[in-house]
Amino acid sequence: MNCNVKEIPPEKRVNKLKKPSLASIAAYPHIVWSVMFIIAPLLFVCYYAFTDSEGHFTFSNIQALSTHTNTFLLSISFSLIATAICLFIGYPLAFAISKAPKKRQPLLLMLLMLPMWMNLLIRTYSLMAILDDGGMINTFLKNIGIGELNIIGTSGAVIFGMVYDFLPYMVLPIYSVMSKQDEKLIEAAYDLGCHRMQAHLKVTLPLSVPGIVSGITMVFVPSISTFYISQKLGGGTIFLLGDTIEMQFQNKSTYNVGAAISLVMMILILISIAVMNKFSDNDEEGGIII
Amino acid sequence: MNKNKIIELKAISKEFNGEQVLSEISLDIHDNEFVTLLGPSGCGKTTTLRIIAGFETPDSGDVFFGGVRINDLPPYKRELNTVFQKYALFPHLNVFENVAFGLRLKKLPEREITERVKEALAMVNLSGFERRNSEKLSGGQQQRVAIARALINRPKVLLLDEPLGALDLKLRKDMQNELKNIQHMTGITFIFVTHDQEEALSMSDTVVVMANGKIQQIGSPTDIYNEPVNAFVADFIGESNILDGIMLADYKARFAGNTFKCLDKGFEKNEPVDIVVRPEDVDVVPVEKGMLKGRVTSVTFKGVYYEIIVDIDGFKWMIQSTDYVAPEEEIGLYIEPDAIHVMKKSEFSDMFGDYSSFSDELEHLSDIEEVENTEDEL
Repeated sequence: MNCNVKEIPPEKRVNKLKKPSLASIAAYPHIVWSVMFIIAPLLFVCYYAFTDSEGHFTFSNIQALSTHTNTFLLSISFSLIATAICLFIGYPLAFAISKAPKKRQPLLLMLLMLPMWMNLLIRTYSLMAILDDGGMINTFLKNIGIGELNIIGTSGAVIFGMVYDFLPYMVLPIYSVMSKQDEKLIEAAYDLGCHRMQAHLKVTLPLSVPGIVSGITMVFVPSISTFYISQKLGGGTIFLLGDTIEMQFQNKSTYNVGAAISLVMMILILISIAVMNKFSDNDEEGGIII
Repeated sequence: MNKNKIIELKAISKEFNGEQVLSEISLDIHDNEFVTLLGPSGCGKTTTLRIIAGFETPDSGDVFFGGVRINDLPPYKRELNTVFQKYALFPHLNVFENVAFGLRLKKLPEREITERVKEALAMVNLSGFERRNSEKLSGGQQQRVAIARALINRPKVLLLDEPLGALDLKLRKDMQNELKNIQHMTGITFIFVTHDQEEALSMSDTVVVMANGKIQQIGSPTDIYNEPVNAFVADFIGESNILDGIMLADYKARFAGNTFKCLDKGFEKNEPVDIVVRPEDVDVVPVEKGMLKGRVTSVTFKGVYYEIIVDIDGFKWMIQSTDYVAPEEEIGLYIEPDAIHVMKKSEFSDMFGDYSSFSDELEHLSDIEEVENTEDEL
């Protein structure tokens, strides 16, 4: 891997220190931005997580997390279920799009991404209007004589919302890996004795792993931290991590507990990303890995 | 040939988007034969191979394998394997697993798989490469893995689609010999696709020359070279001077303003024909002894011989001679009766065989273009 890295001659190294290249100057605005709005807030989260409201160092916030164990478990299981459903729907969809005629693929991708052009919050609101007790689905069910169903406020509604909002994030990376696969590899598999399904399982699927990994990460992470989906579709009965954090931050006295929950959640996310990346080869191209 | 036919193509036609790629191709391939499909890009040779492999189905016509019609048989049920142009090795598998791929599908016991993979890798001189990443190998090594991966299944027929196209000249020559050896050792029928006439001549038992979706000629390399059926074959295989002529009577042809004795017969009296004279079959003689005379326009040293372009009444001949002549010199040409080959007129008449616009550089450029074009070929 490192074989193309050439030793930089000393005189050039000095040069590099004296005169930053245009490319590194171009990165300065983003570096400033990152420090102000990403790194500094992260440090604040750490600071608040380990201090009380007077600013004294304490572990009590972390200890207080035990009261939120159920919320953690609920959030993790909801996100896992939503991710699994997204994978279940998204993988075949990505495969279908990648096999569609080349000319039609941009249109299919656009249809998939169309909802993403709209604000996530608005989409969730409109989903609420559809699923609500007096909403479109129930009006329809009532009119055809089945009677109203209680959809809103159930776990199902929240998971449905997650799947609805985040499905494109599963499809896109898988599609991008699949569409780059060499058709000849499938032919080679047929040639060596695979029928269609075997060729898919033995060639297409393993080569799609980098896309699947980033798809899973990109659905799981926003699912576990969401608060508005559970607020709008959970009918005030389902509290996920995001809701709990939001609630803690709204009250000055629980500000530090909110920080502690955020910190633990971030660590959870980092661990899950690290685990997922284990499954995909690092120098494999394609797949957007965050 | 008294051997069994293993593959028969009967009047195969194929169209892509309204473009006729193959028209009425018929071809018999025998057991243990090394057959080469030779032709310029777009001539339909790769499509023919893909129809045999089962990746394409013919619009009309039939494919037989061992006497059984296999038009609708999917590729995985055919007893043949393919070596692809760009090797198509599985990037997620190492060399061992790539080669073992076909055997794993047959669910053979692990020990037999290991043994046969070892054997197959030894055959292509890649022993000890089992654990290597298939993507990190050189082109020549990837090529060998691809051959081992196909051969390990002990197919009755091996299809090779321009397998040496991406290799450099030296490696190409080595692989040509190696492939020939492997074919002798295994006794498997090879169907080899190439646009390189030299490769075709040196490797094959039978050469099938194709152009414009049709088979122009089927024959042994010597037949194809010595007795081309039309101007296309004469021009595509080796160098040729192709002249307009008239067959005055049996054994008597008139061309280039002169009457020559030849060995051909069976043409109608005064039938217009194409005459082929290979550059190496022409003797350079003093002007007064020549049957034809002309002025030398260029001389190029080629190592073994000089390549001489001579202008004879406006038609430029190519002559290969070991004797040096100077440019602008007047020379005579002497042509033996057996150096003259007479062909019927064809759609290719007057398209080839004059060296007036010839230059080495152009020849070279068109070669490169050909290699690149084959990638787009279906």
